[in-house]
Amino acid sequence: MKVTYPAMGNTGIAIKALLKGLKLEVVPPPPITRNTIALGVKYAPEFACMPLKINVGNFIEALDRGADTIVMAGGWGPCRFGYYAQVEREILRDLGYDFKMVILEAPDFKLSELFSQLRALAENVSFIEAVRAVKFAWHKLRTVEIVERKREYFLPRVKDKEEAEKLYTRCLEALDRANNKEEVDKAWPEYMAELERLERHDEEILKIGLLGEIYTVLEPASNYNIVSHLGRLNVEVTRNIYASSWVNDHLLGGMLLKSDHKHIIKCAYPYLKYWVGGHGQESVGSAVDFARKGYDGVIQIGPLTCMPEIVAQSILHEVKAREGIPCMTLYFDEHAADAGIATRLEAFVDMLKRQKQRERKMVKERII
Amino acid sequence: MKKVGIPQGLFYYYYYPLWEAFFRFLGLVVVRSSPTNKKIVDDGVTLAVDEACFPIKVYYGHVNELKGKGVDYIFLPRLVSIEPKSYICPKFMGLPDMIRAGIKDLPEVIDITVDLSRGDKGWQKELARLGKILNVNYRQIKKAYNYALEEYFSYRMIARQGYTRDEAIKVWQGEEISLPLDTPLHIGVLGHGYSLYDDFISMSVIKKLRGMGVKVYLSEHLPTEGIEKEASTLPKRVFWTLGRKMVGSALYMDKSPDIDGIIYVACFGCGPDSLIGEVIERKVKKPFMLLTLDEHTGEGGIITRLEAFCDMLARRKKRDEGYLPCYG
Ligand code: SF4
Ligand code: SF4
Repeated sequence: MKVTYPAMGNTGIAIKALLKGLKLEVVPPPPITRNTIALGVKYAPEFACMPLKINVGNFIEALDRGADTIVMAGGWGPCRFGYYAQVEREILRDLGYDFKMVILEAPDFKLSELFSQLRALAENVSFIEAVRAVKFAWHKLRTVEIVERKREYFLPRVKDKEEAEKLYTRCLEALDRANNKEEVDKAWPEYMAELERLERHDEEILKIGLLGEIYTVLEPASNYNIVSHLGRLNVEVTRNIYASSWVNDHLLGGMLLKSDHKHIIKCAYPYLKYWVGGHGQESVGSAVDFARKGYDGVIQIGPLTCMPEIVAQSILHEVKAREGIPCMTLYFDEHAADAGIATRLEAFVDMLKRQKQRERKMVKERII
Repeated sequence: MKKVGIPQGLFYYYYYPLWEAFFRFLGLVVVRSSPTNKKIVDDGVTLAVDEACFPIKVYYGHVNELKGKGVDYIFLPRLVSIEPKSYICPKFMGLPDMIRAGIKDLPEVIDITVDLSRGDKGWQKELARLGKILNVNYRQIKKAYNYALEEYFSYRMIARQGYTRDEAIKVWQGEEISLPLDTPLHIGVLGHGYSLYDDFISMSVIKKLRGMGVKVYLSEHLPTEGIEKEASTLPKRVFWTLGRKMVGSALYMDKSPDIDGIIYVACFGCGPDSLIGEVIERKVKKPFMLLTLDEHTGEGGIITRLEAFCDMLARRKKRDEGYLPCYG
C-alpha cells in the first residue's frame, strides 16, 4: 500500500510523520506547481472551489508516481468540503485510475472514531505504536508552527528578506527529515537563531491580521504566498488559523491548548449570530478581535465562490465601520494574476501606512 | 393592523403559503415585495457583495423594496435546516445578519431560526420567541402554526398536480390556472426553486419550454419515495436538502421511460450546484444540459440553447420511434 494525502501548507510535514509512524509507505503529493493546478482545473468541476481543484491535481500527480491509496478527510456539511472526497473519487475513477480512497470522517468529529479509522488504515500497528505516531505528528506540527510564527515576526523586520526566506525554507526541510522527537528538537533552533541575528532595518512595521478560509490561509500556493509577500513589504502578519489550533478546537474539544475559540465566537456574535460552515463566523470574530488588539488592518482571503467567506465578507464592512479597522478581501482562483494581487496588496499597505502617519500626527498635535 | 413584509425571493417559493397563513391567522397583514423586476435586481446587485450568488443578490433587492412599503416587521427567517442531518446552504445560515449589515434602517426584523437538523426541540423555542416579538401568547402561536401547516399541505398537493411552485401559490390563492396539455416532448427540469420559479432569474425557462411544445416535469411532480430511493443509491448521503432532491430527481427521471431529456438550471457562483451538477452529469445517461444563469445572461443565448436541445431530442425521438416497429 502506497499512501498519499492532499497538500495543505506545512501540515504535510506532520501528516507524513503520522502515516510513516503507522508504518505506511508514503508518496507525498509533489509540491504544487502551475501544472498541478492546471490538472485540477482541467478535470474538476468548473465552478468548484479552489481547494478541490488543487486536491485533484495533487492526487493525479501522486497516483502517477505510484500511490495507490488516498487518505482524505470528509464531513457532514453544510459546506462543500464534506462532499469533496465523493466528487474527487468519481473524477479519478472516470480518468481510469485504480486506487483506494480512505475517507476519515467521524460523525460529529469524535476523536475516538477518527483514531479507530486511522488504525484500520494501518493493520499491523499496535495501539501503543499508533498513539506514538499521533503524538509525534502533533509534536512536529507544533514545532513547525513555532518556526512559522518566527518567520512571520522576523521577515518584516530584517533587511535581507531573501536570506530570511531561505533560512525558513531550510528549517522546514530539516524538520521534515527529522525522524524522532530529539531530531526535531535539534533541527530548528540553529536556523532560527541565525534568522534572529540577521540585520534589522528601522522602518515602520505594520501589523495585519490574516483571516479567512482555512485551506487558503494555510496553503501558500493557493494564496499567492501572501505571508511572504506582505513580509517583504515590512508587514508582520498574524494568521487567525494555525493547523494545531484547528485540531485542538475541532477534534480535541480544546483539550490540549488554551483556546480562544469561544472568545472569537463571542466577538462575532453582535455581527453574525450563527455558524455558517467553514470559518465564516471565525473570520468575522477574528476581524473584531484584531481590531480591538490594535492591528492596523485585516485581510480576508478565500477561494472565489467560498460560501462561508462570502457571508463573512458581506458583514465585514459593518465590522470595519463599527470597530474602525480597514479590511480588504481577496479571492483566489486559477485566473488570479500575480501582478494584480501584488498591486492590490501594495495599495492596501500604502493606505494603512498613510493612515497610521495621519493618526500619529493628530495625536502629536493634540499633545502639543 | 400591523403589517409584515415578506420578500418574494429564496424560500418564498417553498413556504409562502405557510408563512402567509400563519401571519394572517394572527391578524397581521402580509405585504409581499413585487415579483422580481429589473429595479429589484439592480438594487440587489448594488447592495450585495459582488461575489454573492444571483438569488442572494436578488433577495437583497426584495428586502430593499419592502423597506419602502411601510411595514412594521420584515420576515427574514434563518433557514438552517428543514429536516434531520441536512442543511440548505451556508449562506442561508447567515442571511439575516448579511441583510442587516447590508441594508440600513430596516423595520423590526423577524429572524427566527429554523433548525430541524437535530429534531424540533429548538423549533418550539423559536416559536415562543416569535410569540414574544409579535406579542401573542404561545397557544395562539401554536394554533396559527397548525392552521398554517394545513394550508401548506394543501398548497403542496396543488404543486404536485403538474404546476410550477409559483403557479401553485397562485392556485392556492384562488386563481384559476389550467394545467398545460400533454405534448410529445417531455423534459425534466431541475434547479433550486428560487431560481427556477422566479421568471426573472430563470428567464422563464419553464414557460419558454412549454412554448416550444414541451411538457415539463419538475421534482414536485415525482413521487417523494422514488426520489429518495434514487438519492440513497449514492455512496454518501448528500447533506444539502435541495441538492439531494435534485440528484434523486435526476436519477429518477433518467429511469422514467416517458422523459426524453434533463435540464439543470444552475446559478453562477452557487456552491452546492457546482458539485451536485457534476454528480448528476456523471450519472445521468439521457441527454443532459446544464444552464448556468447570472445577471449577465442574455435571453437570446438561452433561447438558442433550449431550441437546440429540443431539436436534438425531437430528432432522437423520431429516430428511435422509427426504429421501434422493426423490432417490435
Ligand atoms: S469553506 Fe469555502 S473552500 Fe471550503 S468547501 Fe466551503 S466553499 Fe469550498
Ligand atoms: S444554494 Fe447556491 S444559489 Fe442558493 S444561496 Fe446557496 S450558493 Fe446561493
